[in-house]
Amino acid sequence: MFPFLTILVALPAAGAALLWALPAPARARSREIAIGVTGLELVLFVVMALQFDKADAGAFQFSETYAWIPQIGTSWALGVNGFGLLLIALAVILTPLAILAAWREDTDLKARRDYLALILVSLSFMVGIFAARDVFLFYVLFEAMLIPLYFLIGRFGGLQRRYAAVKFLLFSLAGGLVMLVGVVALYFQGPGGEDGFLTDRLTGLELSTTTERLLFLSFFLAFAIKAPMVPVHTWLPDVAESARPGTTALLVAVLDKIGTFGMLTLCLVLFPEASQWAAPGVIVFAVISVIYGALLAIGQKDMLRLVSFTSVSHFGVMILGIFAFQQTSIEGAALYMFNHGLSTGALFLLVGFLVARTGTADVDAYGGLQKVVPVFAGYFLVVGLSSLSLPGLSPFISEIMVFVGAYPVAAVAVIISAISVVLAALYILLTYKRVFTGPPREELAATRELTVRERLVVGPLIALMLLLGFLPGIAIDYLSAPSADAVSQVAIEEAGA
Amino acid sequence: MNFVTPEIAWAPLAPIIIVLGAAAIGVLIEAFVRRPATRRTIQLGFGLVVLIAALGTTIAQWAALEGGGTTVMQFMLTVDRQALAWQTVILVFGILGIILFAARTRAGEPAFTALGSASPGSLEETLARRRGLEVTEVFPLLLFAVGGMMLFTCVTDFVFLFVALEVFSLALYILVALARRRRLMSHEAALKYFLLGAFSSAIYIFGVALIYGATTQTSFAPVGRAIDVISDRDPLLLTGVVLVLVGLLFKLGAVPFHSWTPDAYQGAPTPVTAFMGAATKAAATAALVRILYTSLYPLEWEISWMIWAVACLSMVLGTVLALVQTNVKRMLAYSSVAHAGFILVAFAGLTNEAVAALPFYLLAYGLATIGAFAVVSQVRERTEDGSVGAEAVRLGQWAGLGKRSPLLAGAMALFLLSFAGIPLTAGFIGKFEVFSAAIAGGGWPLVLVAVIASAVAAFFYVRLVVLMFLTDVPEGIEDAVEVEDSPLATLVVVVTAAGVIVLGVLPAGVLSVFESAAQFLVLSNG
Repeated sequence: MFPFLTILVALPAAGAALLWALPAPARARSREIAIGVTGLELVLFVVMALQFDKADAGAFQFSETYAWIPQIGTSWALGVNGFGLLLIALAVILTPLAILAAWREDTDLKARRDYLALILVSLSFMVGIFAARDVFLFYVLFEAMLIPLYFLIGRFGGLQRRYAAVKFLLFSLAGGLVMLVGVVALYFQGPGGEDGFLTDRLTGLELSTTTERLLFLSFFLAFAIKAPMVPVHTWLPDVAESARPGTTALLVAVLDKIGTFGMLTLCLVLFPEASQWAAPGVIVFAVISVIYGALLAIGQKDMLRLVSFTSVSHFGVMILGIFAFQQTSIEGAALYMFNHGLSTGALFLLVGFLVARTGTADVDAYGGLQKVVPVFAGYFLVVGLSSLSLPGLSPFISEIMVFVGAYPVAAVAVIISAISVVLAALYILLTYKRVFTGPPREELAATRELTVRERLVVGPLIALMLLLGFLPGIAIDYLSAPSADAVSQVAIEEAGA
Repeated sequence: MNFVTPEIAWAPLAPIIIVLGAAAIGVLIEAFVRRPATRRTIQLGFGLVVLIAALGTTIAQWAALEGGGTTVMQFMLTVDRQALAWQTVILVFGILGIILFAARTRAGEPAFTALGSASPGSLEETLARRRGLEVTEVFPLLLFAVGGMMLFTCVTDFVFLFVALEVFSLALYILVALARRRRLMSHEAALKYFLLGAFSSAIYIFGVALIYGATTQTSFAPVGRAIDVISDRDPLLLTGVVLVLVGLLFKLGAVPFHSWTPDAYQGAPTPVTAFMGAATKAAATAALVRILYTSLYPLEWEISWMIWAVACLSMVLGTVLALVQTNVKRMLAYSSVAHAGFILVAFAGLTNEAVAALPFYLLAYGLATIGAFAVVSQVRERTEDGSVGAEAVRLGQWAGLGKRSPLLAGAMALFLLSFAGIPLTAGFIGKFEVFSAAIAGGGWPLVLVAVIASAVAAFFYVRLVVLMFLTDVPEGIEDAVEVEDSPLATLVVVVTAAGVIVLGVLPAGVLSVFESAAQFLVLSNG
C-alpha cells in the first residue's frame, strides 16, 4: 500500500527544508517552489481522496502503523476517516491560496523564504494532526505546531505582533500541558504496552467515572482554547489584528479546527460517558460563544478583529452540533468545519487585500469603495453573505443541519443560537455598508481593483462554496458514516449507564 | 574490631581509575611542560583521549556485565548497569565540557584567567596576561571532577559517598574561581559555593553519623535492612536521613538549598557553568536514586513529604525567580532550580519507571544546558577600543541576535524550547518520562504543579526567543555585541543541538538502554 499519508506529512516539511537550504541566489524562486510543493501536495491528496472508499468512511483508511518509541508506547500511526479527510482537504486547498495571497508581501527575500517555509512546516503538522491515530502522536504534533505558528505570528504582521504571538503561545501551551497530564494518565488507564497509545486501543476503556471526567476535562480545555470558545478565546482577536491576514486565514480556517476536530474524534470517542456528563455545560458555553461572539463582532471597528469574533460565534455553533450527539447535528458540525474554513478563510484574505491597499483595517477609514472597486465589492459581498449563512452558499446548509439536528435535544440552545443569524446579518451587512457604500472618499479614489492573482485566490473558494451550497451531498457522503459511529459510541454508553 | 583487608575487584573500576589516574598525570604535565600553548594542546588532547577511552571502557563493561553487576568492595562499591549508565552520561558531559574549556575567542583569549593567584587588576595579572600565561590546570581539575562524579554514581556506602562528593566538589570550587573576566565576581561565586558547599557537606556527614548511631551501619543495603527492623520510627534515624538528603539536595540545587546556584552559575567561567550545571545535577540525581531505592525505601512514607515539598518549592520558586532575571546566566541558573524540582517529581512513589526516566531526563537536560552555555560564551560585548570583551549577559544585549547570527540563535532557541519541554525536543521526552513515572507512582498532584510551572517557565524561555528573533537591534548600539565563532565552541553547539533533536524525535534506542539499566545490584548478605 502506497504510504499516502506519510508522504503528505513529509512533503511540505521537505519543501521547507529545501527552502532553508537554498543558496542565496536561488532565493528569488522561493515562492515558485512553495507553490510547486503545495500544488504537488494537492494533487497527491486528490489522488488519495479518489481512492477513498466512501462506503466505509467511518473506518480509518490508508492506515499506516510503525513503531516509533515503543518504550513510551507510541507509534507513528496515521489514517483518515471522513472527518479527517475533509479537514486535510481544507488544509491542502487553503495553503497554496494563502501562499498566493502573500505573493507580494515581502520584499526581503530572506524574510519571504522564512515565511513560506514556516507555512509549509505548519501544513505538515496540520495534515499530521488530522491523520494521527495515536494519542501521543496527536499531542506531539499539536504542541510542536505552536513553534512555526509562533514565528509566523511574531515575525510577520502588525505592531502588536510580538504581544499577540506570546499570548497565543502561552494560552496554547497552558492548555497543551494540562492535556499532557491527561495523555499520560490515559495511557496508564489503557492496556499499555508498545502500542498503548493507539486510539483504537484506548477506545472503550472501563474508566471510573471520576477518572473519565477528569481526563475529559484535561483534553477538552486544550481543545476549547484552540477552537476558541468563550471564555478562553481572548487570544484570537489579538492574533487576528496583529498577524498577517494570510496567517490568520490559515489559523482560523484550518488550525482552529483542530479544537473541534479533537472534541469530535478524541473527546467523544475516548470519553463517551464524560462527554454525556459534560454536554449540558459545554452547550451552555457554546451558546454563550455564539451570541457573545456575534455581539462583540458588531461592536468592532477593526475588520480583522470583527472577522475573528464572527469565528468565535461560528465555532460555538460547531461545538453545539457536536455535543448535541445527533446524527444530523454532528454531520452538520463536521460540514461546518469545512465550510467555515472556506468562508472565513476567504473573508480574512479579502480583508487582507483591503488592508494591503490602504494600510488600515479600521472600518471608519473606508467608505464608498463600491464605486471605485466594484469587483472587489462583489467578491466581498458574496463571501460576506456566505458568512451570514445565505442559502445557496455552503455554510447555510451546515448551520441549518446543526440547528435542525440539535433541536430535538437542545431546543432552547438552538432557539437562542438562531438569534446569531440575525446578528450575523447585522455585522456583515453593516460592515459592507460602511466600507463599500455611500459617497466614495477622496483619499480612496486611487484604490486598486482586485488583481488577477487576488481573484485566483478567492475565486476557487467561492466556487467551492457555491458547489457545496447546491450539492452538499458530495461532502456529506464522507461524513455520515463517521458521524453515525460517533453517535453510536455515545449512545452505547448512555444505554449502558 | 578486626580489620580484614577487603578484596577488591579492580576491573569494574577501570573507567574511574583511568580518569582519576589521568588527572594525576595531568598535574604532572603542568609541572613539566613549560610553554603555556604547548601545555594547553597536550592537556586538551590528553584529556580528550582519556575521557573517550574511559567512555569506551564503560561501554565495554556494560557489554561484559553479568548477572546485574559486580560488587567491588562488598557493600562499599557496586558497579551495575545503573551505575554504568550514569557514568556514560557524565563522561559525555565531560567530553563536551573539556572541548568547551579549550575554546578561545578569535583573538586567542581563553575563558580562564592567566594566573589564578594574581589578584584582580594587579600588576602581576597584567604581566601574566602579557606573557601569555594560561591556567591549564583546569583540564586535570575537570578530570578530577569527572572521576569523582563517576565514583559518586557507584558508591554504596554513606561514608565513601562523602569522599566521592568531596573529590568532585573541591575540583569544582577551584574551577569556579578561575574566570578570565569579571574576576571578582568569579572569586565571590567560588567562595560562596565553597562555604555553602562545605556547610552542606558537614550537614551530610552529621546525618551519616546519626544514621550510624541509629543503625550501626554505614552502607546502603545494611542501613536499609536495619531501618526495616527498627519498628518505631527512631527520631535519631529520621533526623539523620533528613540531614543526608539535605546534603544531596544541595548538590542538586533544589529549593531551599539552592542559594549558591545563581551566584555560582553567574560568576563561574561559562564553560565551567556548562559542565557543572549538567554533570553535578546528573551525579547528584544518580546518588539520590541509589540511596532512595536501595537504602531509604522503607522510609518512603516518612520522607515523601520532604521530597514533595522540596519539589514543589523548587518548581515554583525557580520559575518565579527566573521570570524576573535580567541576566542570561542567572535566568538559566534559576531555570536549573526549577528543573531540580522536575527531577524530584519523578521520585513520587519511588516507581521503577523513575529509575529509567531520570538518566534520560538528565541527559536531555545536560545536553541543552551545555549547549546553551556554549552559546552564551560566544555572545560577547565589544569594548570601546573595538576589541572583544566580556560575555554579553544582559538580556537586552541579546536583542536581534537572530538577525546577526541566525544559526547560533536558532540553536539557542532549540535549547530553550527543550528546557520548556516542547515536543520534538529531548526535553519533552524527558518531561514526559518523568511525569509518567510520577503518575504511575500516584504523584499526580505534583505533576499538576509541574505542569503549571512548565507553562509559566515557558514564558521566560520564550521571552529570550522573542528577543533574539522578533526584536530589532536597538538603534545606536548595533556594534555593541559581537558574536564569536570559536570552532571548538561551535562544535559543542552543533553536537548538543543534534543530540537534543535526535533524542527528541527518535529516542527509542536510548530509552531502551536506560530501561535495561533500571535495576540495582543489592547484596542480600555479606
